[in-house]
Amino acid sequence: MELHSTKQKQALNELFQEADLLSSTQIRDQIVGQLYRKSHQLVKEGVSFTKNKFDHRTEKLDAIFTSPVFGFPIMLVMLGVVFYLTIAGANIPSSMLAELFGWVEGYLTLFFTELNAPDWLHGVLVLGLYRGTSWVISVMLPPMAIFFPTFALLENYGYLPRVAFNMDRLFKTVGAHGKQSLTMAMGFGCNAAAIMSSRIIESPRERMLAILTNNFVPCNGRWGTLIVLASLFMATGFTGGMKTIVTTSVIVGIVLFGIIITFLVSWVLSKTALKGVPTHYTLELPPYRKPKFFDTVIRSSLNKSWSVLVRAVKVAAPAGILTWILANIQAGDSSILLHIVQFLDPLGQAIGLDGFILMAFLIGLPANEIVLPILLMGYLSTGALIDVDGIEDLKKIFIDQGWTWLTALNMMLFSLLHYPCGTTLVNIYKETKSAKWTFWSFIIPTGIAFFVTFLIAQLARILNWV
Amino acid sequence: MGLSKKISLFEGEKGNIIKITDLNIDGIMRRRLLDLGFVPGAYVEVLRKSPLGDPVAFRVSNTSIALRKEESHKILGELV
Amino acid sequence: MSNFRIALCGNPNTGKSTLFNALTGLKQHTGNWAGKTVEMKKGVYTYKNDQYEIVDLPGTYSLYSNSLDEEIARDFIVFGNPDITIVILDATALERNLNLALQVLEMTNRVIICINLIDEAEKLGININEKLLMRRLGVPVIKISARNKTGIPMLLDTVSRVISGVIQCTPFQIEYDEETERKIKILEPMIDRIVGHDISARWLSLRLLDGDRQLFEQIEERKARNREVLINGATFHKTKTGIK
Ligand SMILES: Nc1nc2c(ncn2[C@@H]2O[C@H](COP(=O)(O)OP(=O)(O)OP(=O)(O)O)[C@@H](O)[C@H]2O)c(=O)[nH]1
Ligand SMILES: [Mg+2]
Repeated sequence: MELHSTKQKQALNELFQEADLLSSTQIRDQIVGQLYRKSHQLVKEGVSFTKNKFDHRTEKLDAIFTSPVFGFPIMLVMLGVVFYLTIAGANIPSSMLAELFGWVEGYLTLFFTELNAPDWLHGVLVLGLYRGTSWVISVMLPPMAIFFPTFALLENYGYLPRVAFNMDRLFKTVGAHGKQSLTMAMGFGCNAAAIMSSRIIESPRERMLAILTNNFVPCNGRWGTLIVLASLFMATGFTGGMKTIVTTSVIVGIVLFGIIITFLVSWVLSKTALKGVPTHYTLELPPYRKPKFFDTVIRSSLNKSWSVLVRAVKVAAPAGILTWILANIQAGDSSILLHIVQFLDPLGQAIGLDGFILMAFLIGLPANEIVLPILLMGYLSTGALIDVDGIEDLKKIFIDQGWTWLTALNMMLFSLLHYPCGTTLVNIYKETKSAKWTFWSFIIPTGIAFFVTFLIAQLARILNWV
Repeated sequence: MGLSKKISLFEGEKGNIIKITDLNIDGIMRRRLLDLGFVPGAYVEVLRKSPLGDPVAFRVSNTSIALRKEESHKILGELV
Repeated sequence: MSNFRIALCGNPNTGKSTLFNALTGLKQHTGNWAGKTVEMKKGVYTYKNDQYEIVDLPGTYSLYSNSLDEEIARDFIVFGNPDITIVILDATALERNLNLALQVLEMTNRVIICINLIDEAEKLGININEKLLMRRLGVPVIKISARNKTGIPMLLDTVSRVISGVIQCTPFQIEYDEETERKIKILEPMIDRIVGHDISARWLSLRLLDGDRQLFEQIEERKARNREVLINGATFHKTKTGIK
């Protein structure tokens, strides 16, 4: 066998040597040149143009979407509009779902009492599994069911490459690749999928930048948290349409902050661990194409909604059970959950949060969707069971736990900046095949999350804002 | 020869049509550019600059491709 | 009932995933930008009692890979042994798209060329004479609109007829300049000896002249792996019987 492979290698080397002698630098040009000449000839013979062959609609639209004056404002407005639609549209279905699940829960409890089921069984199944899952669904599902189709329409229309075109200069300045805008746009849907999409970036260095910073784009799993907190704590005092607008502005602000952090981190990495100059870049700008409205909307909302449901059941259900168990098994004078919370509390307080919140982020590692539900279950396990019927009732729970606007803001920032979810980390490892870089992709965001929230908390306290 | 002066794609003004003569780029990028149709002899139209001036979009073999300054100023051609 | 395997390749953003969805009823994501699909995705459809496994590939500008997604596509076309390779072309940018099609024709001989986005082309007043292209290229050329699902029955029928041999493909081979042709003639027999007949030696010569050594190293690697599987398989067998 050995003999065979060495012989084979020898033959291959001979072949390479021969090829080196024959090859010249121009040969590629000649080959492609001749291919193009042939293509050109085929087109000349086989294709006829009856109209002016250029697509003027695309040109006119590009004059607007990539205009020096309107290009950037339009991107901001698009971002705002997508979020506005999501928040405004999700509001009512969310509370309806929450009400529905709450109503069903009443019957479930009744059913368990009828059966004389033990308390722990009711606790695990209804208060743990059922609540965890149903909260995830009612908080997450409606925004997704609106965001995904809206985004899919923009995507199929052809707007994304224009964003990459407009933003490229900024990415070049920080040493990154212009197609990072595209991977970031994918991140709004799901960071784990966005990590895969970074394959479109040819250069390994710039691809790594895109991977390491993708997490600073809030994925759908984090939106529920962001939207709920923004509307409960940032838009207080506003009602109706104004409330939605304020909430939207806060979310857009958070997203912009994430983008700024992305640029900063890319810039620092380009100067340090991932030193190098931007390599080549080509970007195709396809013609705008009207998407098939119903196909796109139905497919993206149903398809995604279904996968969200599946994910919710897969992750939220066990996490819900786990939280309930932790909260109900006593160790010494209090539950295991409380021990953990007490242990984390000093750290939490230092960054304007508390032990419960940090615990929720820890248990939420597999999926960001479950952070808020876990947090609520944690809070509820401490006091009398409150019935949570609407999103507004949540605020009461938070306030009872000593929340202020600072807690909400910092939790939003921590959610934006902290480590990627488990699935994303797995994908980062698969794509980079490097434990070292996977580790850094965990440490960098987490470090920044602690740093930023710590700074804000200290500042707010020193200046007596809270 | 000598009929028109050579300019780089980057120097082209919006609406200019340039016939490519040389590609002063090597390696992977050269291949990529060739694959996209930036072959010597091809006609390229300057479409528009991005809001911050760079990259610039070009029409080549009936598609629109954006290139950064670093590359586009190494592609030379004659103004037609 | 037999199984066949079809590869779906083409430039980025030409509607491969849209066609894939139309054929398989699956829900690959689509988007109007180059690089939406970055992974292979398999799906199945049946036609006239035969089962076809169809593989949606990332888009690629040429068979020379530059980025990981393109490499995945190229490797499947080269090593995946599809029974048929469908090349999807964008009707509104045929010149660049044909560049890839010509390369695929050099590499394998069961090819169907599918001109997609024909609805867009019609809007722009682009008329394509597919009969002429078919004669010139020596393989079936079919006009479709994957999104509006026109031309699909014709495509399915052609696929089955190419596989059953009713339609014979004689893919057009581009004739290069004399010097290149001379070089190809020198390398071809050497490659034939080393690599075997699985992959077109002419095409490999061109790749080699182009400086693509990596491709050859990959071929060797694959062969070595195959051998290993054979050997390990054999030893596994022995120990198993030994225990007996
Ligand atoms: N008008 C029209 N649009 C189409 C047709 N086929 C596809 N599209 C649109 O073209 C865009 C690209 O389609 P995809 O199927 O994602 O293209 P792809 O070849 O898979 O792209 P990559 O995965 O990036 O290589 C989408 O927005 C589709 O809706 C068609 O026949 N007509
Ligand atoms: Mg695709």
